[in-house]
Amino acid sequence: MHDHHDHDLTFQADHDTGPASPYEVLEHAIRELLVEKGVLTNAEISEHIDKMATRNETLGAKVTARAWTDPEFKQRYLNDTRAALASMDIDIGDMAEYRVVENTPRIHNVIICTLCSCYPKLLLGYPPSWYKSVTYRSRTVREPRAVLQEFGVELPDGVEVRVHDSTADLRYIVLPMQPEETTDWPAEKLMAKISRDSLIGTSIPT
Amino acid sequence: MSQKKNELRSTAPDNTVHDVGGLDFGNVDMQEHDLAFWERRVDAMIVILANNRGAFKIDAMRRVIESYGEQQYDATTYYEKWCRALRNLLVEQGVISRDELAAKLAESRETMRSASRDVSGDDVPWNEGVWNEETNNS
Repeated sequence: MHDHHDHDLTFQADHDTGPASPYEVLEHAIRELLVEKGVLTNAEISEHIDKMATRNETLGAKVTARAWTDPEFKQRYLNDTRAALASMDIDIGDMAEYRVVENTPRIHNVIICTLCSCYPKLLLGYPPSWYKSVTYRSRTVREPRAVLQEFGVELPDGVEVRVHDSTADLRYIVLPMQPEETTDWPAEKLMAKISRDSLIGTSIPT
Repeated sequence: MSQKKNELRSTAPDNTVHDVGGLDFGNVDMQEHDLAFWERRVDAMIVILANNRGAFKIDAMRRVIESYGEQQYDATTYYEKWCRALRNLLVEQGVISRDELAAKLAESRETMRSASRDVSGDDVPWNEGVWNEETNNS
């Protein structure tokens, strides 16, 4: 722990080792000023960080497994993603709408944000570094198959690849195809098949 | 790397600095990185200010991030961009002043040092190209 506010932030091991960078100092100074001025509180910051810790691949897998096993939920998830997530007590905030794109035997979807890093954060948590990288952002719209190959995804020629460029106001989530041999599996068991990357489109559940 | 990115961008001279779709910056580095505490706190402050307080919109964040030149855009990490944009917006909107911040930065360095934490480098520079004294008369 490096300063007197961090006692509120003991949600996991401290990663901030080594000398503080100028940006880390800047974060400290901005936060102290905002707290002093009553603009926000350290408790609010901790609450938000704790909330983000509950938004992750597991939550994405839970929603996806439900969609695989509950046709009514699946329709709602596809047609009104916000309402479907709300029905599972997942609040996606007011900043953006979410839209689900469904993989089929003929269509494989991939999500990206060419301009920045827009991502369904309130479902899947913070985006992976590579999602925010200029390499993924630049190439996926031009040569999606080549990028997917780098991720180990080989698509048959007959499959159409659809790349969805997210914006600050509209973020996409992939609904992957359920592996055939798992047809009768319960939702809890299916969750193990669903990775974060399969909800981005850079992996396929097998 | 920054130099290489500039050369790559020269194939699309009309694109702004963040508009990289369709260019070719090479293979994807798939290494995962956990966020540092300070990065999570920057994220939290921005979401609280934008979502709960309505202090600014994400569009405003992006305006600030995207107004930096190629060298600075490429040389800073994701949350460094966010942290700098947060500073600039708070000053632009008169929530904090440059002088207050300068004083607090000195205090923060002292706080960290007295907790036996080394502090590296100088304060994060202002981008005088997009950010000049006139914008800070609040």
